[in-house]
Amino acid sequence: MTHFKVNGVAQSFDGDPEMPLLWYLRDILGLTGTKFGCGMALCGACTVLENGKAIRSCTKQMGSVSGLEITTIEGISAGGPHAVQKAWAEVNVPQCGYCQPGQIMQAVSLLAAKPHPSDADIDDEMAGNICRCGTYQRIRAAIKTAAKETA
Amino acid sequence: MMNIENVSRRNFLQGMLSAGAFVICARTNPLLAKAARSGASGGTFAAPWEPSIDSTAFHPGVYLGIQTDGTVFIVAHRTEMGNGVRTSLPRILADELDADWNRVQVIQGDGDAKYGSQDTDGSHSVREFFDTMREAGATARLMLVRAAAQQWGVPEEQCAADPVHVVTHKASSRSLGYGELAVLAAKLPVPKKEEIKLKSPEQWRYIGKPAPGYDVSDVCAGKALFGMDVRVDGMIYAAVAHPPVLGGKVKSVDDSAALKVKGVQRTVAIEPFTPPHAFQPLGGVAVIADNTWSAFKGRRQLKVEWDNGANASYTSADYKKELQQTARQPGKVVHSVGDPDAEFAKGGKIVEAEYFAPHLAHASMEPPVAVADVRGEKVTVWSPTQDPQGVQEQVAKTLGLKKEDVTCHVTFLGGGFGRKSKPDYAAEAAVLSQKTGKPVKVVWSREDDIQFDYYHSVAAMYLKAALDDAGKPRAWLQRSVFPPIGSTFDKTAVYGGAGEMSMGWNVVPFEVPNFRAENGQAVAHVRIGWLRSVANIYHAFAVQSFANELAVAANRDPYDYLMALIGPGRTLEGTQPPELSQKYPYETARLRHVAELAAAKANWGKKKPGNGWGMGIAVHRSFLTYVATVVEAEVDSGGAVRIPHVYTAVDAGIVANPEMVRSQFEGAAVFGTSIARTGEITATNGVIDQSNFHNYPVARMNDAPVHVDVQIVESTAAPAGVGEPGVPPFAPALCNAIYAATGKRVRELPLSRNGFV
Repeated sequence: MTHFKVNGVAQSFDGDPEMPLLWYLRDILGLTGTKFGCGMALCGACTVLENGKAIRSCTKQMGSVSGLEITTIEGISAGGPHAVQKAWAEVNVPQCGYCQPGQIMQAVSLLAAKPHPSDADIDDEMAGNICRCGTYQRIRAAIKTAAKETA
Repeated sequence: MMNIENVSRRNFLQGMLSAGAFVICARTNPLLAKAARSGASGGTFAAPWEPSIDSTAFHPGVYLGIQTDGTVFIVAHRTEMGNGVRTSLPRILADELDADWNRVQVIQGDGDAKYGSQDTDGSHSVREFFDTMREAGATARLMLVRAAAQQWGVPEEQCAADPVHVVTHKASSRSLGYGELAVLAAKLPVPKKEEIKLKSPEQWRYIGKPAPGYDVSDVCAGKALFGMDVRVDGMIYAAVAHPPVLGGKVKSVDDSAALKVKGVQRTVAIEPFTPPHAFQPLGGVAVIADNTWSAFKGRRQLKVEWDNGANASYTSADYKKELQQTARQPGKVVHSVGDPDAEFAKGGKIVEAEYFAPHLAHASMEPPVAVADVRGEKVTVWSPTQDPQGVQEQVAKTLGLKKEDVTCHVTFLGGGFGRKSKPDYAAEAAVLSQKTGKPVKVVWSREDDIQFDYYHSVAAMYLKAALDDAGKPRAWLQRSVFPPIGSTFDKTAVYGGAGEMSMGWNVVPFEVPNFRAENGQAVAHVRIGWLRSVANIYHAFAVQSFANELAVAANRDPYDYLMALIGPGRTLEGTQPPELSQKYPYETARLRHVAELAAAKANWGKKKPGNGWGMGIAVHRSFLTYVATVVEAEVDSGGAVRIPHVYTAVDAGIVANPEMVRSQFEGAAVFGTSIARTGEITATNGVIDQSNFHNYPVARMNDAPVHVDVQIVESTAAPAGVGEPGVPPFAPALCNAIYAATGKRVRELPLSRNGFV
C-alpha cells in the first residue's frame, strides 16, 4: 500500500504499481483537469506538481509516489484563481484550452523557482509543453504578467 | 435559413402547460429537448455548463431562451475547439437582443438538424450564421418590446430595449426587465421577418468589439469538460489495436497475456470496414478494462497476426517519385485562359520549378476519444466532435439504427483541425457499447492518433512560366498531383474534387494573359482527410514560392514584383460559383491592401537581406478571406532557423470578435511553423513511420515565431472565414525569407529535409 497526498488530501493505492500517476488522477480520483497528450513525457499536458515542482504525471508510476505531495490544477484553484490563472485570463491565453492546465502548472513551478524569469528562462522552462493551437506568445506574456503581480 | 417558431406559444395555445405538453414542445425545440433529456437521464451525466431549463419560459426559436429571472440562454450550436465560436456567435445574437452579456449563459447544442449545419469546419461559422443570429436576437427583442407595450397599453413605437436587458417607456419613465417580460412575450406571435429591424453597424455593442473567450476561467481551472474527461456511471474503457495497414484484417489473435493484465476484462473483435472506408471504424481488436491504463497495457500484450492487404505495398519514398513523374506529364485541365503552350513555344525566358509537400497528421492535443452508451435502439454519445450530426449519422449507419435515436452531446474539443469532423472513433465506441452492453469510453493514444489519422494529402506540383522582357509572366502553367479527399468516400477517386481545385489552384490572383491549371491522378493508400486550410497549404506553398522565384529571375524586389503580379484592383471572374461571387467577389484590391499593410508594418525593404537574415512575403485568399504574411527569419551557419517576427494582415470582412481573430492568426503562424519546419508523415510497407511527438515534432515555444503581429482590416464586406486562412501563406513566406537570408531555395517541405533545424 502506497501512501501520498493529492491536493493536501491523504490517499493510498495498492493497484498496479506501473500505473502512471496521470491515469490514477483521472480515472481513479476523477481529477480530469490533468490531461493526457502523449504518454511519453513529450508534450506536458499532464503536468502536475510533485512537492511543488513540475513533473510529467504520464511517466510517473504509482509505485514511486510514496510520501509525495502531488498538486493538480484543481489543487491550485481551490481557494479561487491562482495568480497565474488570473494572468492567463487577463491575457486571454487559451484557444482550445486542452494543454493549458499543464502549461499553468509548469508556469507555477517556474515562478516558484524564478519569480522574475527572463525570456530565455521562460523558453527553457516552457519548451516541454506543447500547445497545438499556438498560444505561445500569450503564454509568455501571461507569465510576465503573473511575475509582476506576485512581485 | 431557420424557421423561427415560438414553441412556448404553440404550447400555450394548445393549452398544454403540463408535463405532457413538454414532450410535444421538446420535439420541436432542441434546447427544450435537451432539457427533457437531462431530466430524464436521472442525472447520470450533466456537463457543468448545462443549467436546468424552464420549459415554460420564453423560447422564441431554436437558439435562445429567456428565463423569468432574466437569464438569457444562447445555444452554441457549433463546436468550440479554440475557434472562439462559443463567444462569437452568441455575442452576435446578444447584440441584436440588447442583452447584458454578463447575464448570458451559453449552452452547447446537441446534434440536431434543426440548428442547420453544425459541421464546424471550412471556417464558416460566422459567415453562415451571422444573419441568422442577428435575426434571432432582433426577433426576441421585438417580442419583448411588444410585451412591454401591451403591458403598459402604449404604442410599441414608444418603447425601446434600452439600455440593456430592459424595455423602457421614456414618456412615463417606466421600465421592465427581460425576465419580467419573458412570460408575456412567450404568448405573443413570432413576428415575420419583414417586421424585425436589424441594428445599423454604428449601433452594435458587441459585434466588432474585442471580447475574451466565454470559457476562459473554466478552462484555466481545469473545469472545462473535454471529450477525454467524460465519465458516466458504469463506464468501461477500451483501447483498440487497429490494423497497422489501411484495409488490413485480423488473421488470428492470442489474447491470453492481455487478459492476465490487472484490470483487463475482455477483448472484443471489431469488424473491418467495407470499402470505401469513409467514417467507418477501422476494425481490429479492442481490449476492455476497468481504466484507461489497463486497457493500454493489455493492448500491448495482445498478439495479433494481421492480413495487411493491398496497401502493404505502399512506401511513401517510392510514391513520392510516382507523384513527381505524374506532375511532369500533362494532366486534366481545371482552368484555362489564353494559350500558354503557344507562348512557351515562342521561347524567351522560361522558369520551371517542382515543389513537394508531404502528408501531415492533425495531432490535436486531445487524441480522438468518445463515450457511447447503447441501450437497445437508443444511443447516447459524448464526443469531442466538429460534426455532431455526422456522429448521429455514422453511429446509426454502423449499428443499423435510426439517426433520430442517436443523441450526440458535444464536449469541448482539445483541438480539432478537421480530424474531429470524422466520426470513426465515435462509431467505434458505439460498436463496443453494443457488444458489451455497457457505456464504453474509447481512448486513442497519441500513437493511434498519428498512425491512424485521415492524413492531409501529400502533393507534388510543377510550375512553368514564360517571362516578358520586363520579367512579367506571359504564360503560366501549374500542375498539382495528390491523392484526393474524395478517395475516402469513393475508392475510384484519383482526381482532386472541385473543393480542392478551388483552393488556390484553379485561379491565381495574378495578371497573367495565358494561364492553365492542371491536376494529375493519384491513388490513395492511406485515409485522406482535410486539415486546417486543406489543399490551400500545398497550393499556396507552390504558387507563392514560384512567385518569389520569378521575382529573383526578374531581378526585382519580391514585394514589388508580387504587387506587379497581382496588378491593378479588379474583380476576378469565373473563379467561384456565381452565388458566392455575388456576396463574395474576388477583389484583387483587397489582396493588394493586406499586402501593403503587412509590408509596411514589417518595414519591408528597409534592411538589406543576406548574411543569415531575410524577410519573405506571401499572399493568399482562402475561405473568402484575404491574407498577407511577412515572415522575418534568421538562419545561423548550422542551419538553425529563428523566426523573430511575423506580420500578418487580414481582411475577413466584418469581424464578429477581433480578439478571437487575432488569436486565430497568431495560432495559424505557429501551425504553419509546424508544417514548415518538421511536418512530415511517411510510410513503409503501408505502416506509418511516425508515432508520437519525438518523431512527429510540432512547434514548441522555443521554435515558434517569437512575435506575431496581426492587423485586421476594418471592413463592411460580408463576414468571411478566420480559423484557417492564416495557415496557407505562412510556409511560403518563411521559405522565401530563408531564400533571402541564405540564397537556398526550399522546394520541398519540411525544412528538416533541407538541412535546416
